[in-house]
Amino acid sequence: MSEFTPLTSALGGMLIGLSAVLTMGLLGRIAGISGMIGGLLPPYSGGAAAAGERGWRLAFLAGMIASPLVLLVATGSLPEIEVPVSLPMLAIGGLIAGVGVSYANGCPSGHGVCGMARFSVRSIAATLTFMATTAVTVFLVRHVFGA
Amino acid sequence: MIRTVSAFLIGLVFGAGLLLSGMADPSKVLNFFDFAGSWDPSLAFVMGGALLVAAIGYRLVLARPAPVLASSFSLPALTTLDARLLGGAALFGIGWGIAGFCPGGVVPALSLGRIEPFVFAAALVTAIGAVRLFEARRIRRLQPA
Repeated sequence: MSEFTPLTSALGGMLIGLSAVLTMGLLGRIAGISGMIGGLLPPYSGGAAAAGERGWRLAFLAGMIASPLVLLVATGSLPEIEVPVSLPMLAIGGLIAGVGVSYANGCPSGHGVCGMARFSVRSIAATLTFMATTAVTVFLVRHVFGA
Repeated sequence: MIRTVSAFLIGLVFGAGLLLSGMADPSKVLNFFDFAGSWDPSLAFVMGGALLVAAIGYRLVLARPAPVLASSFSLPALTTLDARLLGGAALFGIGWGIAGFCPGGVVPALSLGRIEPFVFAAALVTAIGAVRLFEARRIRRLQPA
């Protein structure tokens, strides 16, 4: 079970939206995490521009990794998460999700927030598609195979 | 330098948003999609809050001639739907539904002192890297020297 948290979830969502807007307004880039990860992996294209692209992506991800400290300072404790999934299933899920985002050119941050916010038809279609297959997968895992 | 510092600070905000919202918490993510069981509608409020701010903010920001710290806006050029997009999105959803972590949510979760985010992130990065190499090779083969 998890508690219904409409206010903190909406506030967190607004922070996600704010950082997407800042990424575009300051850096001129889409705040898509799978794209940032992909851009840091080989094969690399040479040149100063490509190195600059890797630089901001690395800094962005480093900020995300450091972000629990912000909440620790603000609230006095690290946020709690619960992972009701076994390690082998996390690995399988990670592999499938990684192949998926590579071909979809995006994930919930790139398509679901940034793309939807500029009313991109591709992002709306991608988001509806993965929301549907996620729901079906959760149903199958929890109520068909897991029962 | 200012670009790097800005990117770090924006990443801090992004990560804090993911943590506060519940997107970094697989139990909340999986419960959001579990309509037939322990449904938790919180994530609809994440989407609502994020889209409200991003849609208005993008409108203001993209009306400017250029971003503050770069020469131009870099927006995806593709506009048509194709099988790669929809197939990839469908596959991503299966992975998200199995694991409960997404590529964004798992990053701040790495610093919570748990092993699970590392297992998911390692598999995710391996798969993204493998597809990049595979596609780079495939494209080289398609282009005669």
